[in-house]
Amino acid sequence: MRRNVWLWAASLAVYAFLYVPLAVVVLFSFNDSLLNAQWVGFTTRWYSKLIDNDEMLRAAANSLFIALVASSVATVLGTMAGIAMQRWPHGLTRFLPFLVLTPVAMPEILLGVSLLLFFRQVLDLTLGLFSILVAHITFSLGFVAIIVRARLAGMDESIFEAARDLGASPWRTFRHVTFPLILPGILAGFLMSFTLSIDDFVITFFVAGVGVTTLPLQIYSMIKVAVSPEVNAVSTLLMALTLTLIALASRLAPDTLKGRG
Amino acid sequence: MAILEIRNVTRRFGNLKAVDDVSLSIEAGEFFTLLGPSGCGKTTLLRMIAGFDEPDQGALFLEGRPLAGIPPEKRPVHTVFQSYALFPHMSVAQNIAFPLRMAGKDEDEIRRRLKETLELVHLSDKAQHFPHELSGGQKQRVALARGLINKPRLLLLDEPLGALDAKLREQMEGELIALQREVGITFVFVTHSQQEALALSHRIAVMNEGRIEQVDRPEQIYGYPKNRFVADFIGTINLLPVEVCEATHGHLRLAVAGLGEIIAPALAGVKAGERGMFALRPEQVRVSARHEAQELHNHYHGKVRDYLYLGDVTVYKVELDNGVLLEALLANSAPGRAKFFEIGDTLGVGWRHDSGVYLRD
Ligand SMILES: Nc1ncnc2c1ncn2[C@@H]1O[C@H](COP(=O)(O)OP(=O)(O)O)[C@@H](O)[C@H]1O
Ligand SMILES: [Mg+2]
Repeated sequence: MRRNVWLWAASLAVYAFLYVPLAVVVLFSFNDSLLNAQWVGFTTRWYSKLIDNDEMLRAAANSLFIALVASSVATVLGTMAGIAMQRWPHGLTRFLPFLVLTPVAMPEILLGVSLLLFFRQVLDLTLGLFSILVAHITFSLGFVAIIVRARLAGMDESIFEAARDLGASPWRTFRHVTFPLILPGILAGFLMSFTLSIDDFVITFFVAGVGVTTLPLQIYSMIKVAVSPEVNAVSTLLMALTLTLIALASRLAPDTLKGRG
Repeated sequence: MAILEIRNVTRRFGNLKAVDDVSLSIEAGEFFTLLGPSGCGKTTLLRMIAGFDEPDQGALFLEGRPLAGIPPEKRPVHTVFQSYALFPHMSVAQNIAFPLRMAGKDEDEIRRRLKETLELVHLSDKAQHFPHELSGGQKQRVALARGLINKPRLLLLDEPLGALDAKLREQMEGELIALQREVGITFVFVTHSQQEALALSHRIAVMNEGRIEQVDRPEQIYGYPKNRFVADFIGTINLLPVEVCEATHGHLRLAVAGLGEIIAPALAGVKAGERGMFALRPEQVRVSARHEAQELHNHYHGKVRDYLYLGDVTVYKVELDNGVLLEALLANSAPGRAKFFEIGDTLGVGWRHDSGVYLRD
């Protein structure tokens, strides 16, 4: 009984630690004052101000476009990697999990720096939309692969052989059996990639160059001046989007995403 | 002509010969069983027939045509997997109709054949259910229906009853026999249960460590095992080490250490002086109270050491005068009695001169 009380207190403290700062941001985005100091009154004017902020809108459009394209490509490639990892655990593909998962585990700053060096020194690429896309695909792909593989690993492998045995070619086995069964995992992977892409700051910061801004970069450049209520408003919107996508993803692939994200 | 011809097939995994120079010829319409302990290579052989694996040596022929290089989906061979392998995202009807869809049959034919097949396996009322809503026996029947619906030349069944409890297994055995007779499709059935093999099969191939030990009808396998492995694996059997004293066309005279000479059925090619085993089924051993007359040629005295009551029968462990232990089986025709003899009772023990077999070492 006593232990229970302490356990409860501890977990409450952890949750408070995690979520109070976020709650403050949400709260002050509705505060009718320029200062993030005390509550004055309720307003939605910071949100209407966002709509008139051209720079902010452009950054938001960039972010959405990048997230959509990068997560689509990462989903296709990650799905293929996930299937390959599950199906051929031996031979050359034995190294695939390691290769695919490394970007997931690597500190973001390392990935950012190495991608920057790669784009500039090796490829001599002009930084911009394309380099951001490639970078986002790189770090999202692994997540999709993990989720898809986890979904396949939970399945009786003989059903894929059964499909072949009963007259389905490899392609039709994929279309009629494999794909419908891993679809929830694919969608969850897509949503995860989307949130990762739209929220990413560190890696994007390195590979964005000067021309293109994303939402997190825009927020950062604004708070260099001051944490305005406008920043609170856009952060709240981003948070809402992220939470929605993660909630959706964890409903689609509860086995892989439970307690993470 | 045989529907399936397996010719000197060998399959290696590293140093292990999972299937070792196997030759078999399976006839059309047969219920053929591969029987052997777990790990003896049954699944490996089945996978080569289905097309998931290819032999390292030897070849397989289906209706005279070589199977080498033909992928599983192009072979008119379907499999019932031990785990059933039903598609979890498809209903019973969609699962069963899958082979017809893949074969490109038109909707009318699919509907008609689906209805017939559902009736055949008594699942008409479950057509719209999903696999997770079915019991083990029902899943089994869906897997069977799915394997049969497109009339394959061969149906392969890999330990299909292994996951069922005893009562249901017995019922499914009956259904399998009836089903095979009704559809007339050749079944190649894999099991490690000798009881299942004996009950179901037209012919049995007993496998051990990748090799075929004996291929025969169930009663031949049971009655005339060719070697010690088959004798030991099928049912229970008394084994006595013997030396051949005399071999004639009519009988063998065998010397059992401490027991003297016994008379056994003749066996071609046996010569006086060789050593081997004499194998005798427990139900061939006659036991009776000592004072009863014994007209049997092989006739001794013994003491009851132990007994095992199995309901329909009781197995007595009898020690002969010289210390040899024999198991004897007696039907319990009188209900409410677990035994006819007490431990320590002295009995007459004997068997007919045409009972048992001599096994060469
Ligand atoms: N893919 C494989 N790789 C390595 N060894 C295998 C493989 N498949 C089967 N074996 C081995 O071959 C032997 C026969 O296996 P299997 O055919 O599954 O036996 P059974 O079906 O009679 O139980 C076993 O020793 C098993 O470990
Ligand atoms: Mg097996």
